[in-house]
Amino acid sequence: MAIGIIRFPGTNCDRDVYKAIELAGGEAEYIWWNNEDLTDYDGIVIPGGFSYGDYLRAGAIASNTPVVEGVKALVKEEKPVLGICNGAQILGEIGLIPGLFITNEVPKFNCEWSKLKVANNKTPFTKNFEKGQVIDIPIAHAEGRFYTQDIDLMKDQDQIVLQFAEENPNGSMEAITGVCDESGLVLAMMPHPERATTKLLGSDNGLEFFKGMLDSI
Amino acid sequence: MMYDIEVKVSLKPGMLNPEATTIQRSLALLGYEVKGTKTKEIITFVLEADSEDDAREKVDDMCQKLLCNPIIHNYTINIIKMDMTCGCGCE
Repeated sequence: MAIGIIRFPGTNCDRDVYKAIELAGGEAEYIWWNNEDLTDYDGIVIPGGFSYGDYLRAGAIASNTPVVEGVKALVKEEKPVLGICNGAQILGEIGLIPGLFITNEVPKFNCEWSKLKVANNKTPFTKNFEKGQVIDIPIAHAEGRFYTQDIDLMKDQDQIVLQFAEENPNGSMEAITGVCDESGLVLAMMPHPERATTKLLGSDNGLEFFKGMLDSI
Repeated sequence: MMYDIEVKVSLKPGMLNPEATTIQRSLALLGYEVKGTKTKEIITFVLEADSEDDAREKVDDMCQKLLCNPIIHNYTINIIKMDMTCGCGCE
């Protein structure tokens, strides 16, 4: 049982994710962007960073690389896919979630702790939380404002997974910062669960995302 | 045939443009009260294609797949056929 962690030039949260998966009791392997065949993996994490320098739009270039075909194939096989921060932007650009994460309302890089409300606890990643539970996970982004043209459809299909519980730091539509696909197996989230895996770091709420993902495999 | 291509990418009307808002505020600090500030991105390249229609079709595909995100962007494509003659009248 191995989770694949995709690396692009400019990815920089890959090792934190590797450690988080280990802490959650799983096994992880790195995958380079040109690997199209991901059939050996039981799940995928696309970590944060600045793939391809955020050129054009955050995630735009990464979303057109060969590894994306492998990710799409795994989604068809109903395996879990987690995109964090730049990984979430990439999932938006691929079109696996119904929306995009674009430049913050006030265009500055926000790096701070945030309180998140779990709006949907039926996904593998959030199943260890109560619905409505408020958790502590940090954010670190300048392009995290969620925008969608399908807000009503998203609500009907229960695709809003995480919302900022207090301040909305980036102007996201309805304070949304975690979105899943129709199946709930693809989660795109701007906050960094891999940075909240032990109380020593301020919170261990993030570890549950990886534990839940591993449980579902 | 070689064509000079210019793709202009802009946010759809009504989309918040934080970069433009910041520029407008900064201009105001300099004493210039302007309205309706927008930013656009221009991408240029040279493309070989069979005809102008062929070029447009290819560039449109590039826009849909990579250069723009149709959820938030509008784009315009400007195509100029490159003059490949040397100026002496030869073909």
